[in-house]
Amino acid sequence: MTKDEMIAKTIEVLAEEFEVETEVITPEADIKKTLDLDSLSLVDMVALIEETFGVKIKGTEVASIKNFGQLYDFVYERMEN
Amino acid sequence: MDRRVVITGMGIYSCLGKTLEEVKDSLYHGKSGIIFDPLRKEMGFRSALTAHLEIPDLKKELSRSQRVYMPEQAKYAYCATADALRHAGIDQDYLNSHEVGILYGNDSSADPVVKSVDTMREKKDTTLVGSGAIFQSMNSTVTMNLACIFKLKGMNLTVSGACASGSHAIGLGAMLIRNGLQEMVICGGAQEVNPFSIGSFDGISAFSIREDAPEKASRPFDRDRDGLVPGGGAATVIIESYESAVRRGAPIIAEVLSYGFSSNGDHISVPNVDGPARSLEMALRLAGIDKREIGYINAHATSTPKGDANEAKAIYQVFGDNMPEVTSTKSQTGHEMWMAGASEIIYSTLMMKNDFIGANINFENPDEDSAKLNIPGKRIEKKFDTFLSNSFGFGGTNSTLIIRNL
Repeated sequence: MTKDEMIAKTIEVLAEEFEVETEVITPEADIKKTLDLDSLSLVDMVALIEETFGVKIKGTEVASIKNFGQLYDFVYERMEN
Repeated sequence: MDRRVVITGMGIYSCLGKTLEEVKDSLYHGKSGIIFDPLRKEMGFRSALTAHLEIPDLKKELSRSQRVYMPEQAKYAYCATADALRHAGIDQDYLNSHEVGILYGNDSSADPVVKSVDTMREKKDTTLVGSGAIFQSMNSTVTMNLACIFKLKGMNLTVSGACASGSHAIGLGAMLIRNGLQEMVICGGAQEVNPFSIGSFDGISAFSIREDAPEKASRPFDRDRDGLVPGGGAATVIIESYESAVRRGAPIIAEVLSYGFSSNGDHISVPNVDGPARSLEMALRLAGIDKREIGYINAHATSTPKGDANEAKAIYQVFGDNMPEVTSTKSQTGHEMWMAGASEIIYSTLMMKNDFIGANINFENPDEDSAKLNIPGKRIEKKFDTFLSNSFGFGGTNSTLIIRNL
């Protein structure tokens, strides 16, 4: 999977799960604000990424991922390509 | 303080209908809500009979973050409660500015438990269970969800009293109001309908196996009954003090005259006669009425051989020759279990308000005990102003409510 394909898939699954338009998910956008995540629904985002790409985001790591660009980088670096 | 308690709103999500009008018509015409579910046969069920309900899609009404914590029975309860609040003329501003309580019957939430455990076993990673599972899995899931959605500020508690849960919830809510501790309480009962929730119940051979005729399977009091049919959904009544209802100018539907209760102190699944009889006697005593004033009895009768026989004995022991009409609406709905005590108050109230007693459908031949009751196998047109509703549950928990027309 290329990085562009991974990004497209991420946008698709996040938009569907959190019921937002795909257009609002941009690399610079704040994840929590865009997806309206609280501490509970943040768990669902982590689980969704793990389910989709097999990449686990630890609790200590999730705090440093603020925007979608950082999320894409984090996931792509750890994916088995 | 001993205040009068009145019902000012009702809402229901049932196999007989999603509105009070639909349910009234189903009761009037003796419609059955029972079907054969092929999935249950594939899953190895002894009986594939069940009430038929669709899980409501609440995407337009509730946000994702509200829906994700709700199992199916909480969704049914949301629909019933939103309707009941509208019926009672209660809006969100009222709920924001008053201490309205919630007491709701619920005694299982199997589907999310099973799915969570499946995920944990397969993936060996608890994160993948997701954030909703814990809130969906708890017995108090209905009250925790509704209390947050409707921003309730009063008593907030689930009543788990097996198949009498919904009835106890109304009775306990009425006690809070009668004692001046609450002005208004949202009461009801909810029951999940998914196969996982009743697989173990099927396993003890409690269900009817009349699978070739689903609509004929639930036949309370009939000589040839062979077990219950599981059902579900949710039913909500808004109860409040008479003074509160008058102050609000609310439409007063009926009065909760009394709540009787007892425990059998006996077998875990087989009901006896003494326990239910004491519940009936207590309700009559607290209502302060002559038993001849009861114009209709909505029986608990679930279509099991022993349960129906012992309830018939208890009713006959209390009412003797002053026997009003007795029916079990479970002949149409199957056994709505945690919901039944609340839904049957609504079914009975709808009949009382519309001057009829729906048929105890499938009652074709009495047995020795039911022959002593006055059970109409056909609908009768009758005006009555007071009814009694029984609900009994595993562990020998009994609840009886007496309701009067206003």
